[in-house]
Amino acid sequence: MARMKFLCDADRCIECNACVTACKNEHDVPWGINRRRVVTINDGKPGERSVSMACMHCTDAPCAAVCPVNCFYTTDDAVVLHSKELCIGCGYCFYACPFGAPQYPRVGNFGSRGKMDKCTYCAGGPEADNTPAEYASYGANRLAEGKLPLCAEMCSTKSLLAGDGEIIAQIYKERVTKRGYGSGAWGWMTAYRETIAT
Amino acid sequence: MVKLLARLRPIIPALGLMALLALTLPAAAQQPTSVNPTASSVNERKLLQEVDRITGRCTIPDQKACTIEQPTGRDWRQFHQVTLRWIGAIAILGMLAVLVVFYLWRGMVKIEAGRSGRTIVRFNALERFVHWMTAVCFIILAITGVNITFGKNLLLPLIGPEAFTTFSQWGKYAHNYLSFPFTIGVVLIFLMWIAGNIPNRTDVEWLKRGGGLVGHDHPPAYRFNAGQKLIYWFVVLGGLAVAISGYLLMFPFYTTNIVGMQMAQIVHGVVAVIFIAVMLAHIYIGSIGMEGAFEAMGTGQVDVNWAREHHRLWLEQEMGRTGPARSQAQPHATPAE
Repeated sequence: MARMKFLCDADRCIECNACVTACKNEHDVPWGINRRRVVTINDGKPGERSVSMACMHCTDAPCAAVCPVNCFYTTDDAVVLHSKELCIGCGYCFYACPFGAPQYPRVGNFGSRGKMDKCTYCAGGPEADNTPAEYASYGANRLAEGKLPLCAEMCSTKSLLAGDGEIIAQIYKERVTKRGYGSGAWGWMTAYRETIAT
Repeated sequence: MVKLLARLRPIIPALGLMALLALTLPAAAQQPTSVNPTASSVNERKLLQEVDRITGRCTIPDQKACTIEQPTGRDWRQFHQVTLRWIGAIAILGMLAVLVVFYLWRGMVKIEAGRSGRTIVRFNALERFVHWMTAVCFIILAITGVNITFGKNLLLPLIGPEAFTTFSQWGKYAHNYLSFPFTIGVVLIFLMWIAGNIPNRTDVEWLKRGGGLVGHDHPPAYRFNAGQKLIYWFVVLGGLAVAISGYLLMFPFYTTNIVGMQMAQIVHGVVAVIFIAVMLAHIYIGSIGMEGAFEAMGTGQVDVNWAREHHRLWLEQEMGRTGPARSQAQPHATPAE
């Protein structure tokens, strides 16, 4: 099985936020929750870069480690998913996550955050693939249909790449070689303990 | 000549431009053919060397989302999964082991003079109500809190994930809502018993003589001895620490950011497990550890001989204040079992 990863080529991202919109639309994500967002660093200064960030589906995921009820599981594709049936909304995964991926539907008075929601790599949840129950809780399961995450699929500049880690790393490497520069695979060292040698 | 210049006039700007180009071309030729647009661009690795968290600008209302990367989350994970578990296990199991060994070695501290049959009021109804309200809340808070850290290893394999989630969910509600009566209890304890818990000279002697825990010594004490004062101040200050850190966790990101939330959890976890260990010792000495001690919080009446041995100075004060008449044998007093 492939080891699925995300890669955002910050030298290509034009901060159009289409990945954010596509994600919200594809999964009917409620208002206030952003499974993916675009952050601009050094905005307005020379050398500013925008990075589209969501759950990176870490190797040895911190969220899964700190979860008090063990609601996380890793699929054969190395996608980190969770069960909303088991989640108690304690918020610990947000404190541990290096990328701010976990989202909660409510503001959080008296600890009533509601069930955690995060990027599923368009791979649904523990329910049977592409059932209404799965869609209601986790959104579409594109991976089960043989499709890759929509955010990356529709990225207009092909800045955001999703797929087998080795293949997208190869694509990125070729780009860097061809154009002569690259600011690196954002988050890879933190998420996967490895980076792309270019 | 003038005619020639006049004829050239329309092309003078073009000539000028050509001259300019001729001047600048050599300079342009010296530059590399491909410009590196990342020369000044932000670099993830460099940023992470300078700051713990990379933050930028984002266009969504949730400003927490503007923090794009915080690898320090892994430090908090290390604390939560390893450090806190060791501190908790050592504090709680260590205290239990010490108490078991101490009980086997020392046994129950008896009333040496035996029961007199006469009793004296030690804690009135309000004091006992506040104590037990705080105590019941504390026990539930402790069990549900320990469940968050250790439950997935101890309880989950026994009852399965669904039942464990149900238990933990209700445990979380209980933990959040019982924090209010617990905090009120700690505040009332602080106000109610502050007068008797100011450290003074008798405490030095009491501590020097080991509180009489070892042997048959009974160092004099007022209403609260130095050991009780230590418990009191631990409850007040530790209670304050768990309450403040707990409310920060309960109202997430209202007044603090992610670092503040992580710190609040660290303080909450460490103070709470030490709190549990201290309370285990408190429960021990108030129940099987000492004859005649439980009645103080049970019926509120203690035997005069118990008071004479453990709180002689307090008994003398009380006798002097109310006279010996009130502390005479009460015919309807419930005998202590």
